[in-house]
Amino acid sequence: MVCVAQPVIQVDELARTFRSRKGLFRRTGKEVEAVKGVSFAVERGELFGLLGPNGAGKTTTIKMLITLLMPTGGQARVLGHDVVDDARDVRRKVGYVFGGDRGLYERLSGLDNLRYFAELYGVPPRESKQRIAELLELVGLDGREKERVEGYSRGMRQRLHIARGLLHRPEVLFLDEPSIGIDPVGARELRATVKNLVDTGTTVLLTTHYMFEADELCDRIAVIAQGRIVALDTPAGLKQQVATGSVLEVDVFGLPDGVVEKVRAEPDVLAVAVEVQGQAEVLTVHARPGTDVTP
Amino acid sequence: MRSVRLVAVAWSLQLKMRSRSAFDGLLSLLWPAFFATTIFMMFRQGGASGPALLSAAVGSSAMGIWSAVSTTAAFALQMERRQGTLELFVLAPQPFALLLVPLTLSMATIGAYSMVATLLWGRFAFGIHISIADPLGFVVAVVVTVFAIGMLGMLIAISSIRYRSAWALGSAIEMPVWLICGFLVAIDDLPAWVRPLSAVLAPTWGVSAMRAAAAGHSPWADLGRCVLAAAAYGAIATVVSRWMVRSARAHATLALS
Repeated sequence: MVCVAQPVIQVDELARTFRSRKGLFRRTGKEVEAVKGVSFAVERGELFGLLGPNGAGKTTTIKMLITLLMPTGGQARVLGHDVVDDARDVRRKVGYVFGGDRGLYERLSGLDNLRYFAELYGVPPRESKQRIAELLELVGLDGREKERVEGYSRGMRQRLHIARGLLHRPEVLFLDEPSIGIDPVGARELRATVKNLVDTGTTVLLTTHYMFEADELCDRIAVIAQGRIVALDTPAGLKQQVATGSVLEVDVFGLPDGVVEKVRAEPDVLAVAVEVQGQAEVLTVHARPGTDVTP
Repeated sequence: MRSVRLVAVAWSLQLKMRSRSAFDGLLSLLWPAFFATTIFMMFRQGGASGPALLSAAVGSSAMGIWSAVSTTAAFALQMERRQGTLELFVLAPQPFALLLVPLTLSMATIGAYSMVATLLWGRFAFGIHISIADPLGFVVAVVVTVFAIGMLGMLIAISSIRYRSAWALGSAIEMPVWLICGFLVAIDDLPAWVRPLSAVLAPTWGVSAMRAAAAGHSPWADLGRCVLAAAAYGAIATVVSRWMVRSARAHATLALS
C-alpha cells in the first residue's frame, strides 16, 4: 500500500467578502471581496510565502486559516482539520505571530507575558518554566525577560511575539508580516530565527510584502494581488517567469549608418533603440530570454 | 485542576497589571471615599443611627465592588481588542468564558479593597461603630460576593466580543443595580415588578448575606442563592460566549477597534 502524505495546509477556492452597513434610517450596505477564491497546498516542513502588496488579501487568508475569520466561500483544512467545523483542533496545533506593536501586555514583563500565554495555550505546568527559558534563549531575550514590555524596542517585541507563538510547540506557524517596522539588523536576526524553526521541522506560512524576504526564506511563494493568486512557484521559478529577456546597453560615439537595422534584423532581437546623451549615443538592444547578446 | 491553575495564574497577572498604574490607584482610593461620604451624610441627614448606619456602610461598600466591575468589565474586552490580545484569547484552545473569569475576578478583587476602605472611612471619619457579630460568616460572604460580582461582570463583558460598543452597557447598568440589589434601599420598598429582577442578581443575595452576618443572623441561605446565581451566570456565559465568538468570526469584528 502506498501512503501519500497529506498537505499540512490545503486551501481550495477560499473566499472572504466583508459586508458593512452604515446609516441610521436608510441603511446602505457595502461589500468588499478581500479574497476571491485562492487555492494552494503547503507540505510538511515547508516554508511557504504569501507575497503581495498591502490590501492584497494576505492577512485575511491567514486569519481564515487560523480560525479567526470564517470564510464566505471555499474551504480549508489545516493538519486535516476543517477551519470552520474543527476550529478548536486547529487552534491547538497552530501558532500565530503578527507584526507591529500590538498583541502584548505592555505593563507586564516579557517573562510574565509568556507565563500568561503559556497558561492560555495549555502548556503543561511542569514544562512551562523550561519551555519559556528555551524560547527566551532562542529569540535572544534571555537577560531582558524581567523588564516591562513597554520599554522594549520593536525588534524585541517582535522576538517576544515569536516566543509567544511557539509556546505550545505548534506544528504549523503562521507569520503575518513579522518583520514590518523592524530595522535591517533586527529583520536579519528574525529571518535567521525563522530559518532555524524550519530546520527543526516546523511548517511555516509567512506573509510579507518584501520580495527579498520571500526570496531569501521561502521554499515556494504564492504571489497574491487583489484577492487572487497570480503566480505560485519556487523563488527561482518565479524569477524565470518574469524574465522578459536580456537587455544590452552600449555607449557609442558616431554610430555608423545601417548598424541599427542590421542588429534589428537578428532573429533573437526584440527591439533596438538609440538615445542621444550629450556627445555619445546609447544603443539599447532587447533580446529574447537566454540569448547571448554580448558583441 | 488545569482550569483552576489557569484562573489563579491569569488572575494574579491581571491583578499585577491593573495595580501598576499610579493614576488608577489614586482613583481607587478616592472613588469609595466619595461614595461612602455621600451615603453616610444622606443617612445622617435622615436621622439614621446604629444598625441602620452599619447596614448603609455594608451596602455602600458593595457599591464600590460593583462599580469597579460593572464599568470596567465590559470595557476590558474592548481594551483587549485595542491592544491586539482579543484575537489571541480567541485563538487559545480553552473555552472563551474561562479566560474571562480571571479578568473580571481581578477587577472584583480591586473592588473588594473599596469595601475595606469604605468601612474604615465610616469608622474614622463618621464614627460609625462597625461591629460584626459573625466575622467568619461576614468574610465568607465578602469572598462569595466578590466572586459572584466577578461572574456577573463576565456575563456583561461577553457582549463586547461581538459588539464593539457594548462596553457602554456596563456604565448603563451601574447605578440601576445599586437600587435593584438593595445596596442602599430595602428591596421591599421597591415596586413589585422589580423584585424578580433583584432575585436573579447575585449581588442582592451577597449583600443580604453580609448584612445578616454583621447583624448576627445566619448568612448561609443567602450565600447559597448567591453561589447558585453565580454558577448560572457561568453556565450562561459559556453558551453565549461560544455563540458570540462564532458571530464575531463571521462578522469580522474581532480585530476592529
